[in-house]
Order: sequence, then structure tokens, then C-alpha cells
Amino acid sequence: MSTEALITAPAPGVKLRTEHVGMVFERDGKSVSVLEAIDLEVRDGEFICLVGPSGCGKSTLLNVMGGFLPPTSGSVTIDRELVHGPDPRRILVFQERGVFPWLTVEGNIGFGLSKLSGAERDQRIAHYVQMMRLQGFEQSYPSDLSGGMKQRLQVARALAVNPDILYLDEPFGALDSVTRLIMRGELLRIWQTERRTIIFVTHDIDEAVQLADRVVVLSSRPAKIQDILTIDIAHPRNISSARYLEHRDDLLRKIGLAYTV
Amino acid sequence: MNALARPGRWENFFWPLLAAALLLALWHYSVIWTATKVFPSPLSVEKGLAELLRKHVLWADIGDSLRRVAIGFGTAGVIGIPLGLTLGWYPTVNQVLNPVLQILRPISPIAWIPVAILFFGIGDHAAIFLIFLGAFFPIVVACVSGVSNVPSIFRRAGRNFGLAPVQILTRVVFRAALPQILIGLRIALGIAWLVVVAGEMIAVDSGLGYLVIDSRNSGKRYDLVVAAMLLIGLIGLALDLGFRQLEKMRSVRWGFGHES
Repeated sequence: MSTEALITAPAPGVKLRTEHVGMVFERDGKSVSVLEAIDLEVRDGEFICLVGPSGCGKSTLLNVMGGFLPPTSGSVTIDRELVHGPDPRRILVFQERGVFPWLTVEGNIGFGLSKLSGAERDQRIAHYVQMMRLQGFEQSYPSDLSGGMKQRLQVARALAVNPDILYLDEPFGALDSVTRLIMRGELLRIWQTERRTIIFVTHDIDEAVQLADRVVVLSSRPAKIQDILTIDIAHPRNISSARYLEHRDDLLRKIGLAYTV
Repeated sequence: MNALARPGRWENFFWPLLAAALLLALWHYSVIWTATKVFPSPLSVEKGLAELLRKHVLWADIGDSLRRVAIGFGTAGVIGIPLGLTLGWYPTVNQVLNPVLQILRPISPIAWIPVAILFFGIGDHAAIFLIFLGAFFPIVVACVSGVSNVPSIFRRAGRNFGLAPVQILTRVVFRAALPQILIGLRIALGIAWLVVVAGEMIAVDSGLGYLVIDSRNSGKRYDLVVAAMLLIGLIGLALDLGFRQLEKMRSVRWGFGHES
């Protein structure tokens, strides 16, 4: 299962590299090791899913990659530049309640655009309103939007600042299953038109197999990279095809789950 | 809600009006039954109110009281909000100043009257200082807790979009804490209105508080005392209702658990 992905970015350049990243938290005088020796290379334009048992440190790894948490050992480099902190060139999308409730849809999308001129800003906002299908809700507040629309808004706010990398931390975790399925389609559509590098944390096996070029399987705490699966199925993926099921079962096996209930 | 279960529109007004009317009737007949010569009946209070209006002093008194509240409460907001935001934002500063604030906070503004007179002499400034003290602490406390309750997710998003710390404070933290700050301001305004009456009884010779004490002192005019008390109540209610309108602004409504 190590064949090259068919649809990954043509450029083989490495975008993000973690070198021996380790994370130890001090809690009540005890040190808890959360991440251990994470070595990972993510190519430019690649769609990576991080999966693993809940509480294993997936989100911690994402926060380290995003510069929100400095690793206690090892380093993260993006374009060969050491990551020191959060940066508008890479935006983290949270699970829920990440949009600003005091701003309208337009205000949220334009939040990171204060350096642009008014006209440019308006144009950028209009573009992402269109792309994320939020037309007619420009002046609405998040409290008037459904859960799916809020997440589309959060993605729109992230994309508006034109980041190279999107980190998504279980972005659809709080949505109902139908909305999640639609949102995955939307995300793939954006990824295919805009070609950003996406690192996506999920605990949902199907989600990972539907979306990712490569699925990184983390072990339980302290998290190590247990396996990396390449999903070499072109999009749109037929989720009842034999190949899809093969990949899914393979992933379930790697996580250590039986595929009967 | 089910339309059938909803009380009729008229009921929203009918029962409160009935309760008020019953209370007035109780007051009226109590005055008659006890044959008191001192305490006024509702009718004589109404006549007293009319007399005050005729003499044209009432509007000046109301204006003076409102002006003192506006200055005292306004100053408390102008100083208290930035201070509260700073204390909430920098926990180390809060650790240093919090004990002092917590000791000063429970001291009733009334207890400050001698000190206020010592500082400012008898006059407007002393009264305004008392109002300031009454309003200041609830505002600071609301800001501190408002800031510390801002979900870290908003701050992280602010950092992620490249905001400088000052911008995170003004564009994210302040906005996220605003509903709670407004609640603090509303409580502070209520206290300011309580304190102005007390302040005016001692330090000045105008305003509704002065009207109450002056009506008693110059000829035991209890009809005017009660008339002024009722006015204080009504204006306090109007201030509170007016302030509540702010909570309906779209950019803060999310914080008040209104529908959607």
C-alpha cells in the first residue's frame, strides 16, 4: 500500500516537515508524554488525515504544527523555515464555535483582511461568500446560521487570507452525518480548485478514507506514527467500491478495530 | 410556543395593572382606617406631584440628578472599562491589584460620605464622587470576569490571523466580553441611581434626593416625599429599560440568550 498517490500535487516538494517532534506536558507535578518522535513530511498541496484513538494527541500535534504550542523536543519546519508561532499563512479551523459571534458573515470573512484596501477586501469577501455558498447571508450573524453554514463560514474566513496550509481540527465533528457528507464534498471541491495543503484531524475512519491522499495513523498516548496509508483512489471516490472498502478495512485493522459490530 | 398556551396580549397588561391598582387601594384604605394625619394618601401624593410640576422645580431637580449620574457613571465607565480589561488581560497585574479592589468593593458608597466631603467639600463634586465609587467596582469586576471568560479559541484565532496583542484585546477580547460588560454596566447604572439620592441628601441642595429630604425638613410635606420617591422609582425603571435596549444590538445579542 505504498504506491504513489494518483492525484496528489504534481510538485513533489516538501511543504511541512516535523523532525522528531515530542511533547511533554507537566500536570500536577507529573510529566505526561503526549507526542513521541513524530517524523512526518507533508508535500505541497497534499491532503493528509491524522487519525488515532481519542485523546491520543492528534490535536496537540496539529497545534504544534500550527505554531500554537512549541514542541518540547524536535522541530517543525515549513518551506524549510522553522515554525515559531501562529502565522496567517497557515490557518487553523476549529471544531465548532470558532467563528466570531459578534461579527456578520461578511465581518467574519473579512476579519483577517484589514491590511487590504476596501475594494480589494469587498472583492475577496464576495469571492468566498460565493465559493462557500453563503449568498444571501452576508449580513447575517452566526447565531442565525446552521452548524454546517458556520463551519463553511469558518473555512471561508480561513481561505480569505490566502493561506498555504489549512489545519482542520475535527471540523465536521459536531455536525450531523448528512451535513458532514456534504461538507466533505465541499472541502474536496475547494481543495481541488485552490490546491492548498490540508492537514485534517479526524476520529472518523470513513472521513479519512474519503478525503485523504495519505492517512497518518497515530498510536495511543504517547502518540507515535504507527503507520501511513496511501489512498490511491482518484476523486470522486466511490464509497462502495471494492478498493474503497479494502482501504477502509486496512485502516480499521491498523487502528486495531474489528470491522464487524 | 403553542399559540393556545400563550397568554393573551391583554393579560400581559391586565394582571400587572390589577396588582398595582390593588396596592394603591390598600394604601388608600390603610390611610383612611388608621386615620393618620402624617402619612399621605395616594390622592394627596398625586396633588403634591401636580404642585411640584406647577412650581417648575421638579424638572430642574430631575435634570440635576440625571446630570450627576451621567457624570459619575460615565467617569466610572471611562476609567473602569480599560482598567478592568487590563486586569483581565494581564493576570499578574490583577494579582497585584485584586486584593485592594476586593477590600474597597464591599464598602458602601454611603460610608464614603465623610471622606467625600473632606476631599471635595459640600457640593456637586462630592455627590458625583460617591456615584463614581458606586458604579466603578461593578464595572471593573464585570470587565475582569468578562475577559477571563472569553473562550481561548477566539484569542487563538486572533493570533492566527496575525493580530498584535493590542488588536487582540480590542478586536477580539473586548468584543467577546462585551455582553458581560454590558451586564456590569447595567448593574452599575442601577447602583448609581441609588447612590445619587443618598448623595443629594447630604452634599447638595438640588436633585431628587434633596427634594425628599427638603420636603420632610421644611414642613413635613410627606405628600411631596412620597411623590419624589415614586418619581425616583419610575426614572430608575426607565433608565434600566433604556439600557436594556442596548442588549438588543445585533453585535451583542448572541451573548444574551435571546432567540437564535
